[in-house]
Amino acid sequence: MAKDLVKTLADLKEQEVMEIVKSRLSAGDDPLKILEDARKGMEIVGKRFASSEYFIPDLVYSGEILRAVTELVKPKLSKTTESKKLGKVVFGTVAGDIHDIGKDIVVFMLDVNGFEVYDLGVDVPVQKFVEKIKETGAPIVGLSGFLTLAFDSMKQTIEAMKAAGVRDKVKVMIGGGQISEEVRKYTGADAYGKDAMAGVALAKQWAGVK
Amino acid sequence: METKVSSLKKEVIIGDTQPTVIIGERINPAGKKKLAEALKAGDLEIVRSEALAQVQAGADILDVNVGTFGVDEVALLPRAVQAVMDTVDVPLCIDSNNPAALEAAIKIYKGKPLVNSVTGEERSLKRVLPLVKEYKAAVVGLVQDDEGIPKDAQRRVSIAHKIVERAEAAGIPREDVVIDCLAFAVGADTNSGLAVLEAIQRIKAELGVNMTLGASNISFGLPDRELLNNAFAAMVIAAGITCLITDAAKVRPAIIAADLVLGRDKHARRYIEAYRQRQRQQIVE
Ligand code: B12
Repeated sequence: MAKDLVKTLADLKEQEVMEIVKSRLSAGDDPLKILEDARKGMEIVGKRFASSEYFIPDLVYSGEILRAVTELVKPKLSKTTESKKLGKVVFGTVAGDIHDIGKDIVVFMLDVNGFEVYDLGVDVPVQKFVEKIKETGAPIVGLSGFLTLAFDSMKQTIEAMKAAGVRDKVKVMIGGGQISEEVRKYTGADAYGKDAMAGVALAKQWAGVK
Repeated sequence: METKVSSLKKEVIIGDTQPTVIIGERINPAGKKKLAEALKAGDLEIVRSEALAQVQAGADILDVNVGTFGVDEVALLPRAVQAVMDTVDVPLCIDSNNPAALEAAIKIYKGKPLVNSVTGEERSLKRVLPLVKEYKAAVVGLVQDDEGIPKDAQRRVSIAHKIVERAEAAGIPREDVVIDCLAFAVGADTNSGLAVLEAIQRIKAELGVNMTLGASNISFGLPDRELLNNAFAAMVIAAGITCLITDAAKVRPAIIAADLVLGRDKHARRYIEAYRQRQRQQIVE
């Protein structure tokens, strides 16, 4: 048995992680299992960060490793799961906010769970969301934000959807560090999620899958 | 170039032949739970005690920001500014991203404040510059615009040009614009410090304006923050920053040391006085 992916990722040993992933893939291991291990590794990173054992560069680095892992695994994924896309999701971190670690994890989880995600990046202008919704016809929108200032951007983004006449055609979820029910009401979103799994659950519910 | 700001009793001059001006950053609820809760309840006791402590620690100007979720800034910012004016006599830097709150606070301010801030965003330029002009204030120009927050030096420089041009067109003299080049955490992007340093040098050469920086951001999310903050303070001052928004108690010694090296402390009076003060404190403790 090769080295443990969960632990190696949690310890941020990039090269070893890539070697493990490659050897597991060529041994015909289930790509979904590999991604599940990667997610568990990220969970440990988050815990170490919360207990001040890790710092922001560690968090950022873990995100980069995760991205590299996803790129390796993805091509195999679409073959085995025969691209069972559950629906389109437009996602991004709202204007004025550049936090993307949390957003990337949610995007990653939506992606591996079968959603087609249009990730607009960070500090996304209000109009860009509206344009992407129109262009793709996506029925689900995810807004991420960690700053207090992001609450207003979320509100403005949702108001712009109203003004453009697309608000009724989409379900909007929000999330990020300090998001709560109070904030959801303030912004006019349909729901909020505490973590990536909550985001996936919401998307599945809205897409009508179990 | 000299930027003058004042309170009823004091004038502070920001300029490159002067010692670096310290703007105390601590009246700001971001990341401070206790202060945020107190502000939500309308309680200004911490604001007063922070004001006093920062001036005692050598802050020349105090930043006043009460922005947090659940606070009506338009009502609270003037109250906080009044409370600080009643407590200390240094000039103030009135800080909010809500222009209506800025206006309410500038109205009751006595003296010439530093208004924090205008950005290169169209909405902000149109709303904030007329205020600055009307009340003859000085203003901090943050180098971000409708395209967002800049990563490289080039965009920082061109937004700085835009802000200065628009301010001058609105009748605000160039010396009343203080550019903030926006420093971000090096922990998140290890090239970000370099981009800021390059921008500072270019803006100094091309526009000659005074510049400030929220200098504690650089160490955000890293251990031993003071170490980084001190190193960064010295480097940005050498590059052309003339006032720093920072924690006076922690960073002032490094700023004074940098000023001495840069020939802004004749006969090392400030450096030695700061040393003596620390000695006296040690004896008391
Ligand atoms: C990392 C970090 C940064 C990094 C970001 C790097 C990056 N590339 O993202 C850097 C250093 C750049 C940064 C900058 C700043 N930051 Co910061 N940052 C943090 C920090 C430490 C961690 C956030 C994080 O990524 N956590 C890791 C993720 C994985 O955890 P998570 O939240 O549990 O993630 C889950 C959920 O949020 C959820 N989720 C996220 N989005 C969505 C969306 C949907 C739809 C759903 C359903 C779920 C969902 O799913 C995620 C995965 O399970 C927090 C403090 C903290 N401990 O939370 C401050 C914090 C968010 N930052 C803060 C501040 C103030 C700033 C700065 C202004 C600092 C400064 N003075 O310059 C700048 C802002 C720049 C800007 N304009 O955005 C404050 C915000 C305070 C406020 N009330 O506004 C915080 C709270 C720190 C503090 N206590 O002061 N920051």
